[in-house]
Amino acid sequence: MKQTRFNAHHRKLGAKMVEFCGWDMPVEYKGIIDEHVACRTAAGLFDVSHMGEIHVAGKDALAFVQHISPNDVARLLPGMIQYSALMTDKGTYVDDMLVYCVHPEFYLLVVNAANTDKDFAYIAAQKGAFSVALDNASDRYSQLALQGRQAIPILQPLTDVPLAGMKSFTFAFGKVAGKNCLVSRTGYTGEDGFEIYTLDPDPGVIWDSIMEKGTPLGLQPVGLGARDTLRLEARLPLYGNDIDDTTTPIEADFKWIIKFKKGDFLGRDVLVKQNEQGIQRKLVGFDLLDRGIARAHYPVFVDGVPAGQVCSGTFAPLLKKAIGTVYLPIAKTAVGTEFEIAIRDKKVRAKVVPSPFYKREY
Amino acid sequence: MYPQDFKFTKDHEWVKVDGDTAVVGISDFAQKHLGDVVFVELPAVGTKLAVHQTIGTIESVKAVSEVFSPAAGEVVETNSALADAPETINQDPHGTGWILKMKLADRGGLDALMAATDYEKYLEGLEH
Repeated sequence: MKQTRFNAHHRKLGAKMVEFCGWDMPVEYKGIIDEHVACRTAAGLFDVSHMGEIHVAGKDALAFVQHISPNDVARLLPGMIQYSALMTDKGTYVDDMLVYCVHPEFYLLVVNAANTDKDFAYIAAQKGAFSVALDNASDRYSQLALQGRQAIPILQPLTDVPLAGMKSFTFAFGKVAGKNCLVSRTGYTGEDGFEIYTLDPDPGVIWDSIMEKGTPLGLQPVGLGARDTLRLEARLPLYGNDIDDTTTPIEADFKWIIKFKKGDFLGRDVLVKQNEQGIQRKLVGFDLLDRGIARAHYPVFVDGVPAGQVCSGTFAPLLKKAIGTVYLPIAKTAVGTEFEIAIRDKKVRAKVVPSPFYKREY
Repeated sequence: MYPQDFKFTKDHEWVKVDGDTAVVGISDFAQKHLGDVVFVELPAVGTKLAVHQTIGTIESVKAVSEVFSPAAGEVVETNSALADAPETINQDPHGTGWILKMKLADRGGLDALMAATDYEKYLEGLEH
């Protein structure tokens, strides 16, 4: 099993460790609810070093990333970040990803841990005549996420990167706790915050310094358990649950990441057609109206007829109710529409609700 | 740490017998393993239970776990406080976090359960 460079930190904190995508990762420290609420009300520190980082370099870097991404990478100036996806030639997801523009001849793609090797092989197979060098740098990177309203007060004393003026979805290079880092104003929680990438082989001091500064401000380390509940309350998609190689960004309600006018890209033909003809189903958020918790893969019924499965589902620790996501037939996706979910041997009622379920107010 | 007057199953339920009634709950090990309990589904009073029959479901944020009856009998009371405060199972699994009380049909099967010291040894075995 692979270990991040913060493994000893997690064990020292008494984290419950699990195997996740071949990595030995903390699932919780004090408890999922505590960690979730700490991130919403103060701040949370996450070890997300298992995420994949792929370098695309060379004189055709822009053209190549344009080819594999439906979003318009040409809009990115150095220091800007874009949410996008890797598409199959059928317009479905290989993965979702962040595209960091270091400069027009160097892009950093950040992909899901579960997909890193698959993504790299897929990207490499698209290289063709493009003059680019591709590097799966994932194992050399460590990544921490510091999320929550206390992120700036905690991080600013530790870094020379001016944080307050940094716009959402931008990044800068600088020192954090004396280590060379890339700091971006991004995250996967619905909170304001930062993700910190470093190639330093010994980054433990970054974790220690953030914990030391943050603990008096309410910071808690957060494991993968609360990472999932936080992202679902904010209705951020998870590959393998909400999106996969059978779903398109239009169906997943991410049409905005597709820029049809930018020119050709992988999957464009299918997506153009789907956009013209309209989609048959769409991903929506739901609340459970009856007691219980609807989890991934539980059967869904619309007007008594089987209609697929729950994609993501959990008890939302801040909202204190059961929430989830599901693809419903397009005629049944209006807010307020009721349907049913089978929880073990009984059917319970659910209702389409506006999402995100949680939106920060600062 | 495990009460001497309790008996334990391999599935981590505990039972405390008092005359012909028994109180049932889940062990401290079980609640730690589950994490934050957020929902408990309990059987109706009057339900007749066989040994190892499913008596309910405990859900934490992350997981769903079934609870099995450690003995044969009839449900005479369930812990209604768990509906509004399921976290009681985390806070006091061997006390106020009890799950149900049952009237024992017979005591057969109870002898097969583990005493506290044996359960602690059993847990040590699980952790290695």
